[in-house]
Amino acid sequence: MILSAWSVALQGISGHPVEVEAAEGGGLPRTQIVGLPDKALNEAKERVKAAVRACEYTWPDQLVTINLSPAGLPKAGTHYDLAIAVAALGTQGYISHSKAGRTVLLGELALDGRVRRVRGILPAMLAAVKAGFDRAIVPTGQQEEASLVPGITVEGAGTLTEVVKLVNGLTVDNPTEAAPPSEPPAVGRPAFVPDLADVVGHADGKFALEVAAAGRHHLFLHGPPGVGKTMLAARLPSILPDLDSDESVEVSALHSLAGHELTGLITRPPFADPHHSTTQVALVGGGSGELKPGAISLAHRGVLFLDECPDFGNKLDALRTPLENGWINVSRARMTARFPARFQLVLAANPCPCGKHGVQGMDCSCDSLKVRRYQERISGPILDRIDIKHQMAGINRVLLDVENVAPEPSAEVLSRVLEARERQRHRLRRTPWITNGEVAGPYLRKHLPLPEDLGVLNSALQRGAISARGVDKVLRLAWTLTDLAGADEITARELRAALQLRQGEQERAA
Amino acid sequence: MNHKQTFGRLGEQRATEYLLECGWQILERNWSCKEGEADIIAVDPDKNALVVVEVKTRAGTGYGSPLESITYAKARRLRQLAAIYARQSKTFWPKLRVDAIGILWPKDGGSEIRHARGIEER
Repeated sequence: MILSAWSVALQGISGHPVEVEAAEGGGLPRTQIVGLPDKALNEAKERVKAAVRACEYTWPDQLVTINLSPAGLPKAGTHYDLAIAVAALGTQGYISHSKAGRTVLLGELALDGRVRRVRGILPAMLAAVKAGFDRAIVPTGQQEEASLVPGITVEGAGTLTEVVKLVNGLTVDNPTEAAPPSEPPAVGRPAFVPDLADVVGHADGKFALEVAAAGRHHLFLHGPPGVGKTMLAARLPSILPDLDSDESVEVSALHSLAGHELTGLITRPPFADPHHSTTQVALVGGGSGELKPGAISLAHRGVLFLDECPDFGNKLDALRTPLENGWINVSRARMTARFPARFQLVLAANPCPCGKHGVQGMDCSCDSLKVRRYQERISGPILDRIDIKHQMAGINRVLLDVENVAPEPSAEVLSRVLEARERQRHRLRRTPWITNGEVAGPYLRKHLPLPEDLGVLNSALQRGAISARGVDKVLRLAWTLTDLAGADEITARELRAALQLRQGEQERAA
Repeated sequence: MNHKQTFGRLGEQRATEYLLECGWQILERNWSCKEGEADIIAVDPDKNALVVVEVKTRAGTGYGSPLESITYAKARRLRQLAAIYARQSKTFWPKLRVDAIGILWPKDGGSEIRHARGIEER
């Protein structure tokens, strides 16, 4: 009799239920897995066999064929171990047939029969609920993560014996603690969030940051070394509103897929700051076998901060499509995965290799060609996609700017940002967008009221100072400035200020 | 003969009895040529096939089940023996086959026989 157990195949963030069947019969004792398994999965038979014997069950003494259906879907990863073990034990009569059908099994097996934790539990659960399963067995310690998805009963098991009991409808009182995964868990979001109150001066910089936060605009911080670009950028998440429930699940699923341990849904916008030595694959996602989300997807609904961005070189250009679409298609010969990647891009750069070019009171030691080469490393198309360019003042200016009043804490800025976001949400309620930063150009120009006086914009376009995309960017910025001011219509004043922010003028914008 | 060999012979004897019970005709025991040795050569009357039978006897499963120790290469060699025997016997067999019989025979209990048919096919 053939028994099927169920697991989930993950393709990017979406999943597909996989039926695991085992049949015994004929020939010499041998175990084969069919249905496009990858190397790690094909080795599952040795792990599972050892685990089954360690738990004092007998492995079928015949030819065992394990089929993973749909057979055409490539399968990777180690989380099928539990389903394979249960299907194989089913042929030996250890499993009651009526109970296994509606349960999804996820977990890797250790040789001694313990269950190991796996990554991607959350997206797998989402797929399981969507496919109509009402019960799941996961490694103990990952129940919390799995329970974040409503509509499915989650049970934890620490050993194969416990899995078999649970599948048969028995209860396990004190499930054994599951073994940690053999790969160390990736480091999650830091608990410490820096506050804007730590930043002295930089009134313009803080304003640019506030506008960026309010409308989810991309930001470029330009300035000499040590002026506080990194410090400012690191404080952007502190003035971003919480994620809503749909966003939370989406973001958490991506982080689960990357192997981060989740104890609850991620409700704060994530912050990713890859070093410039990162590979393109680590940046945008990919990998051999299983496709994993890259830094841009881990920054989905949050901030992607690229410090010293000229050193990223042409890796930056891979961000062009995701910046426009909000997702990335990672395609390999055997499979394609689409990862959401609607991130807010924050770039930071020095003006030249020595960092003093164009800074008041400083002498740059680079020749003009060197400066140009350095600045050319950030391609035009990327710069054109940046909404706000902010030139951070040199150190002498900052010292003059230091006010006697205590700097404003993040919470106060956040309340203004929340208000502006609320206005945007209301204005865009009949559209798929939530913030000004993501509104499509045609809608911006045709369906939202335009300011009466477009003179500033027209002349800038004529002079070639901004591109056609730039016009949309300025309009979006102008809307955000209007929202922050609590007004309902863009005036020429906001338009001018928006143009200044976009062009990176040093004067206080509004 | 040492103990191991005696135990193997006992197993082969047990397998022969089992095949006779199944109604098979035993042609040879421990038949050998320069290519190798076959434990049992018999006729499966249902399939009208000449069958080379490899017998493996074990006292316990500590080193795996008896059948697990037979490799695919071994099965292919036995298939060649079947062909050689068929040629030498000058009889026509519509089908040649290799079977394996695994006997689990603990010191203090009865024997348990597992018969795998057609093991030379992958």
